[in-house]
Amino acid sequence: MFLTFVTFLPFFGALFLVFLPKESTGTIKQTALAVAVADFLLSLYLWTNFDNTTHAMQFSMNIPWIESWGINYHIGLDGISLLLYVMTTFLTMICVIASWEIKKHIREYMIAMLVLSTGMLGVFIALDLFMFYVFWEFQLIPMYIIVGVWGGPRRIYASIKFFLFTAVGSLLMLVAILWIYFHIQETTGVATADILYITDNLDVPLGTQKWLWMAFFLAFAIKVPMFPFHTWLPDAHVEAPTAGSVILAGVLLKMGTYGFLRFNLPFFPQASYEFVPMIAWLSIIGIVYGALVAMVQEDLKKLVAYSSVSHLGFVMLGIFALNPYGIQGALIQNINHGISTGALFLLVGVVYDRRHTRLISEFGGLAKIMPRYTVCFMIAALSSIGLPGMNGFVGEFLVLLGIFQVNGLWAACATSGVILAACYILWMFQRVMFLELKNPKNIGMKDMNMREMITVVPLVILIFWIGLYPKPFMQTFDASVNHLVSKVSPDNFRPKKDNHGDSSHGEHAQLITSNQMASLNHKLQMPKNVLNKD
Amino acid sequence: MLLKLTCLIPLYPLIGSIINGFFGLKIGKDAVAKIACGSMILSFLTAVLVFVGFLMLPEGQHAYEQVVWSWFGAGDFSVDFGFQVDPLTLVMMFVVTGVGSIIHVYAVGYMHEEYSFYRFFAYFNLFASAMLLLVMGNNFLLMFIGWEGVGCCSYFLIGYYFEKKSACDAGTKAFVVNRVGDFAFLLAVMYIFNIFGTIDFSEVMHAAPEKLIYGGEIVTIITMLLFVGATGKSAQIPLYTWLPDAMEGPTPVSALIHAATMVTAGVYMVVRCNVLFSLSPMTMTVVAFIGGTTAVMAATIGMTQFDIKRVLAYSTVSQIGYMFLACGVGAYTAAIFHLVTHAFFKACLFLGSGSVIHGIHGEQDMRKMGGLKKHMPTTYKTFLVSTLAIAGIPPLSGFFSKDEVLYHSLIDGNIIFWGMGVSAALLTAFYMFRLVFMTFHGESRVDPSVHPHESPKIMTMPLVILAGLATVGGMLGIPLMHGWHILHNWLEPVIHFDLASALQHSEHMLHEAGQHAPSWTHLLEPKDHNLWIESLLMLFSAAVAITGIFGAYMFYIKRPDLPEKFTKGQWGFDLVQNKYYVDELYDESIVKPTVEASKLLWKECDAKGIDGAVNGAAKTIGWFSRHAQTLQSGFVRNYALFMVVGFISLLLVMF
Repeated sequence: MFLTFVTFLPFFGALFLVFLPKESTGTIKQTALAVAVADFLLSLYLWTNFDNTTHAMQFSMNIPWIESWGINYHIGLDGISLLLYVMTTFLTMICVIASWEIKKHIREYMIAMLVLSTGMLGVFIALDLFMFYVFWEFQLIPMYIIVGVWGGPRRIYASIKFFLFTAVGSLLMLVAILWIYFHIQETTGVATADILYITDNLDVPLGTQKWLWMAFFLAFAIKVPMFPFHTWLPDAHVEAPTAGSVILAGVLLKMGTYGFLRFNLPFFPQASYEFVPMIAWLSIIGIVYGALVAMVQEDLKKLVAYSSVSHLGFVMLGIFALNPYGIQGALIQNINHGISTGALFLLVGVVYDRRHTRLISEFGGLAKIMPRYTVCFMIAALSSIGLPGMNGFVGEFLVLLGIFQVNGLWAACATSGVILAACYILWMFQRVMFLELKNPKNIGMKDMNMREMITVVPLVILIFWIGLYPKPFMQTFDASVNHLVSKVSPDNFRPKKDNHGDSSHGEHAQLITSNQMASLNHKLQMPKNVLNKD
Repeated sequence: MLLKLTCLIPLYPLIGSIINGFFGLKIGKDAVAKIACGSMILSFLTAVLVFVGFLMLPEGQHAYEQVVWSWFGAGDFSVDFGFQVDPLTLVMMFVVTGVGSIIHVYAVGYMHEEYSFYRFFAYFNLFASAMLLLVMGNNFLLMFIGWEGVGCCSYFLIGYYFEKKSACDAGTKAFVVNRVGDFAFLLAVMYIFNIFGTIDFSEVMHAAPEKLIYGGEIVTIITMLLFVGATGKSAQIPLYTWLPDAMEGPTPVSALIHAATMVTAGVYMVVRCNVLFSLSPMTMTVVAFIGGTTAVMAATIGMTQFDIKRVLAYSTVSQIGYMFLACGVGAYTAAIFHLVTHAFFKACLFLGSGSVIHGIHGEQDMRKMGGLKKHMPTTYKTFLVSTLAIAGIPPLSGFFSKDEVLYHSLIDGNIIFWGMGVSAALLTAFYMFRLVFMTFHGESRVDPSVHPHESPKIMTMPLVILAGLATVGGMLGIPLMHGWHILHNWLEPVIHFDLASALQHSEHMLHEAGQHAPSWTHLLEPKDHNLWIESLLMLFSAAVAITGIFGAYMFYIKRPDLPEKFTKGQWGFDLVQNKYYVDELYDESIVKPTVEASKLLWKECDAKGIDGAVNGAAKTIGWFSRHAQTLQSGFVRNYALFMVVGFISLLLVMF
């Protein structure tokens, strides 16, 4: 019940806003902020009461919704969704503060923001396929409105593109959901769309698994977005208002990666294993491609948007390493990306508010007049390129470590993204912050004010906190990940594969000769005292 | 008990950095200077206490580990935020905190006129803290925090004058080139975890001889990757190009970061992983070869430069080449020995050049110096002492360390490595005295409006101390006398490597895998250390140094017209003076194609390819809908016609 309350609190807040008079902007903003803060604090309460030791769903609730079809209102949180849930409430709060200066239809804007929050929270707690689908589509609408109404000059094109991309992707997912629903009914006799039940009882042959997997994949890959489905993202980011970009990068993209962890992996473990090479290469292309294209962008927001493509490539790579290092790395990288990229978008918003342009060539030398801004920007930028000691490194390293266990070549290709990240971030930083202050329009620019500091400083603190002591965050999903890995671990399928000869991946075969590998394995298994006798 | 203080050593500079960074403008320059230098000195004193504590360890225990907290982990991977103290760490700790403190004091004088005084010291202290993490970390990843941390601080400090484009470019270049090395380092760490299941130094080094086959592919790949990491940080071929550009930073930065500490991190890392390197003869050969080649090549460039700091920068590249040469032939002690003495005399040289630049108001071109001897007596004397040291004149410190490197490169290596070392030594003596003669001797070519003056005490005192250290530093490793080599005895526990047992293990492993081990017996033959050869070589290297100095004397004092004659119109000289066009080559072959390709990817692939397909699909659907519209004409007879056609075709299909 409590979870329901936390999830729908923003929605009721939005309903309340509807009745407030349009003119009292102050009250509207304060009410929205109060709701967002309360929701964040309540979600923290969820976190403190969360039991780290189990992978089971917590705070769950299961009541019939459409009884005749076996559709339930089933919600719950586990380690995989908890942090995403908390991050959603957290970023909503930050975004309400960041939107303080919006002049146009502030009441409607805040309503959209709060409704969006409930929509996103719903996605992370839904444990019934239909309910998930409803939330998945539902949160599109407020986001569509936020981009379409409060966006930049090409907002209509961007918002429709965003909407259509996601909607087209999810249509196939709906087909797959229906197929699964009828299949479960046929095989087990239970008409249900319960995710946990399906996870335990879905049994389909590999060929069918692959088709279903592809249907889910398309929906989530567009959302992540993976190369080559990413082109909606730069447009949406560029046109969205600052807070829209923060939510988009911080939460909406994470729904894609969450979907892979909640559906593709546990539903179709064998198909997931089969598709590892494809995902790995798409992710690697995404990492390198996103970084390269980011390097030559002229618009700050587009640069950050393409860097998201690169970062999300790391997350996907980690998920499909199918081992604890990779998946834990991917989960923490999910959070990290929300924090660092969120901070970058907020910071880009700061100069946009002052100059109404985001072109890199318009700036230069800001370090001289905006020292506080420069420090915050530097920290966010360095965290985004994964400097050790900051949050990005923890996730990136675990992801790479995970994928290295699978294939050394993939790890090497993905790691090259680390070099390119340094290129695009530092080059951009140099052109915006350093050099001489030449453009006369920039001379009078003010440093960040108190409100802007309030939005960015918590993110900066989190950057160092996760970078130096990520344990409080990582222990929340330890049990869930281990459980997930035990279900999808490639070892479950390897014996079946023996007939087909050796697989193209799964061993670091490219790097060591088989003889050495054999001797090594032998060595590692040999007890120590045997060695000493020789 | 005293060893428990270990974790405070990197903490003091960090705290200093935070205070100066946040409140530096409010508390004023004096307070900033006191906090910055104070934190460094405090950390030096703590290092002394830790040293005492280390000496009091019971017999046979050579390392102390202190885990502060558990950093992160997943599955069976976990990494601690932990420090380790062993002889090697202690040596590096003293270099960093000792030389670091001296340079901090100097910087107070050098930077005094700067508005962003506080910003400089915030970065400077942060650097010291990161460098201490680098040398004190007990595992590869903690070392990597320091490793990237120093790179990051170096980026800030090179770009300290951020309004200058050249400074910004140099900073970015340094960071990116370093990242290339870091990329390899990261891969090596992952591979090490893959093989060993841990990344703790002590555990990896302990298990290495038992798990890796001597000369095997795995250990060769790991060490090669580590070495690529080292070439990035330590400015070796092919990743050395950032270091000369890094001279855009203030001179104390060049002294501390780009001479004494950060750039030697690669050498430290190789020595730290000496067990792994010793297991791979192929990597060792590559290390020695790259080191030797870099030493010679950088020295040739150093002979042709006119910017006083650039000459020193190339000299640094060259001297680090020596250290790698030593590592490559397995003379790890010699590498660390040279690292320590180099820290003394090169820091002194850089600070001296800073004093010169300070004294003639920012001029760095040696063609506009000359005759500064009488204006800056203290700077001149200390500079001369350090130059003699780097040139290898006995009994100064550089002579002993360089001689040891040369000796080992002949005995443990071969005549080619030795030849590289000797030619680099000759060139070093030449270009260093060229620098001294052009700067301090001869006619004054200083701009008449500038009145050269000696630097204040706060700057000359550090020079004197460092010159003193450069003089007596050789005492750490007195050759010839057995048992007098203090450094060697001290480092013995770290660099001890039992080749015989490692080979035995390898043989066993190969046997298990059904392979025959090659004959390794020749590796185990003891090398005879002939006292006569050693003494002869010493005399020879001294003679080489004197020849180099004499050459410089001929060219720049006796016959100042000679250089002009020799170099004018020579394509060879132009090639060297333009640094073999390596920067241009990298620019044309890597940087530009990458940028162009990225633009192509963006404009063609992204905008036209993928988006074109998307928008095309949308247009096609629109086109279909428009044409489908015509079918819905609203005329009933058309619909009837369709029905009839459909009915007939259905019949045809059925029968």
